[in-house]
Amino acid sequence: MNNNIAISFEHVSKLYRLGVVGTGTLSQDIHRWWVRDVLKKGDPYLKIGQTNDRSTKGDSDIVYALQDITFDVEKGDVVGIVGKNGAGKSTLLKLLSRITAPSTGCIRAHGRIASLLEVGTGFHPELTGRENIYMNGSIMGMTKHEIDRKIDEIVNFAGIERYIDTPVKRYSSGMTVRLGFSVAAHLEPDILVVDEVLAVGDAEFQRKAIGKMKDVSQGGGRTVLFVSHNMTAVKSLCHKGVLLENGMLKEIGNTDDIVAHYLRQGNAIDNYRRWDEPEIKKEGFELLEIGVRAKGGDWNKTMRVDNETELIIRYRITEPYEAIHLTFHMKNEQGQKIFSFSSGKQVNSKHTKGTYEQIYTLPANFFNWGNYSLDLFVVSQSRAFIIEEDIVSFTLSNRELAIGSWMGKEPGDITPHFPCTETKME
Amino acid sequence: MTQQSNEWDLVIEPKKKLLSIDFAEIWRYRDLYKQYVKRDIVTVYKQTIFGPLWFFFSPIFTTIMYMFVFNTLAGISTGDIPPAVFYMSGNILWGYFAACFSTGQNAFLSNQGVFSKVYFPRLVAPLSGITSSFIKTMIQILPLVFIYGYYVSQGVPLHFTWEALLLPVIILLIAMMGLGIGLIVSSLTVKYRDLNNLVAFGLQLWMYATPVIYPVDITSNPKLSMVLKLNPLQSVFTDCRYMITGMGCMDWTGLLYTAIFTITILFLGVIVFNRQERTFMDTI
Repeated sequence: MNNNIAISFEHVSKLYRLGVVGTGTLSQDIHRWWVRDVLKKGDPYLKIGQTNDRSTKGDSDIVYALQDITFDVEKGDVVGIVGKNGAGKSTLLKLLSRITAPSTGCIRAHGRIASLLEVGTGFHPELTGRENIYMNGSIMGMTKHEIDRKIDEIVNFAGIERYIDTPVKRYSSGMTVRLGFSVAAHLEPDILVVDEVLAVGDAEFQRKAIGKMKDVSQGGGRTVLFVSHNMTAVKSLCHKGVLLENGMLKEIGNTDDIVAHYLRQGNAIDNYRRWDEPEIKKEGFELLEIGVRAKGGDWNKTMRVDNETELIIRYRITEPYEAIHLTFHMKNEQGQKIFSFSSGKQVNSKHTKGTYEQIYTLPANFFNWGNYSLDLFVVSQSRAFIIEEDIVSFTLSNRELAIGSWMGKEPGDITPHFPCTETKME
Repeated sequence: MTQQSNEWDLVIEPKKKLLSIDFAEIWRYRDLYKQYVKRDIVTVYKQTIFGPLWFFFSPIFTTIMYMFVFNTLAGISTGDIPPAVFYMSGNILWGYFAACFSTGQNAFLSNQGVFSKVYFPRLVAPLSGITSSFIKTMIQILPLVFIYGYYVSQGVPLHFTWEALLLPVIILLIAMMGLGIGLIVSSLTVKYRDLNNLVAFGLQLWMYATPVIYPVDITSNPKLSMVLKLNPLQSVFTDCRYMITGMGCMDWTGLLYTAIFTITILFLGVIVFNRQERTFMDTI
């Protein structure tokens, strides 16, 4: 055994039963009990488990939330766990936090584990802030003595001195979160397990929280496991990454690679499409290819808000047109239309037979980070004869930020950099 | 390999042994236990006018109601013991039993939120529950003390017997029995919620099978009184009343039966609780 290993996962799997627990489960339970405990064979329901892909309908109602996970985390490592929704991230943390037990396999660890799957666990609305610090602290495994010693620090860090003897039910949600995080930040575990709790609180507090996390991971040589969808936070905090996909360990390696591969997962399917046999064709217009990519890059490259992006479309005209042009509607994550743009007057609207390519350059430092999609309209004589919704979609990731800066998202879909000058008047 | 694996501080595996309680771990979490007890007591009277006085009101009102309904209207005699003392002692004992039962029964459901986010030895939650119920019960004894004193001053020959030294044991038995049965029920109701409906009804039925509102010698039918004796709570109630009033008699065999029953049931309860605690989040 390597003494440097903090946590070791060995062939860990976790099964879940889908659907409603109720009718039918009693007979399954009896069957399972008979086979496993009386006949001393393996669990009969383990065999029919299958890959957990939520988008495909399986023929079994038992799925693997995690399947055969094996990896080690070394002492002092700060590991980011990334993956799409349902990839098994939370299940992994739940197993490690001992909320639920694995179905098979074994997890071993050195040292005290504190898991932050939520901040402010066990807060009672009727108790005051101070009483809740004791309540929450003890739930997280601190002794009264430890809390006595740190209470001033905790109150200070949360920045809620004035309200400390007021019942928590009078707190704003932000204050409750601050208090909860503050208690958590003063735990002194050997291994810290954190789930996305940084996504809460205002800008000032997020900065504090990230800073504290950074201290924790660098200062005491502590081991941290961090699950988040915020790639910027993952990149700046973690030096190792674990990519999960459909409950299986896809890749483990340095953070930059893992994050890039994760972002590509979402992109590969949607941001580029081409048809050898055109499916979108009507009235002499055939769509051959459409895609969005980082300017000059390939289709797999991560697109970032501070780089130019290009939209490329290739199409074939089989009947000549007096006037034809393309219009696009840009939509945000919620499907709201943000703006439209068009080839319009920029190109000759008269088209003869042949194959065409249009390239639109979308400016850098214009979009906010997030997911976007495009609707395509093919227009002739003020009539859109082809309307394709969500023809392509793409993800713009955030620019690289300095550690400790705010990781939250600014409001709005665009964050243009307008030219600005400043002169000192006196 | 075996020697090496001893070096790990924590090993998380699918299945545990039937009865493996880590007492050292529970001891480490004693501060949490105290916090829970404190919370249970304090939050009851937050934002109320009468505050802790509410602990007194409930047994007093129930006693008055019982006196009116069962003693005056139904005419059930309480024997030599004054009705107020009889009903109040019965009510306090039953109240404690019911509280312990419900602590056990709701061990998972009422702690779902916390259990789904943080690990600590799960047994801490029900243990603190029976403790805070115990403290509440102790507070409720005060009005009984006043009434007792009143009757003594009126010349009613109430007195403690030497067996009263066993009162702590009796209280402990009630707590263990309530908790044990509650835990067994909880492990079933977590998965099959239907049982919750039956349980409320069953508990009420049990109360009427227990000498809470009538003395044990209410029936002279030997068969019926044999059936009533099967109730492990019966001896607890009659013995308790004997200890504090000196009226009636001690039922030693009944007490022994109760003790054996209680230890068995608590043992079973803890086993099912242990089995359940590692995976209940998946089924709840």
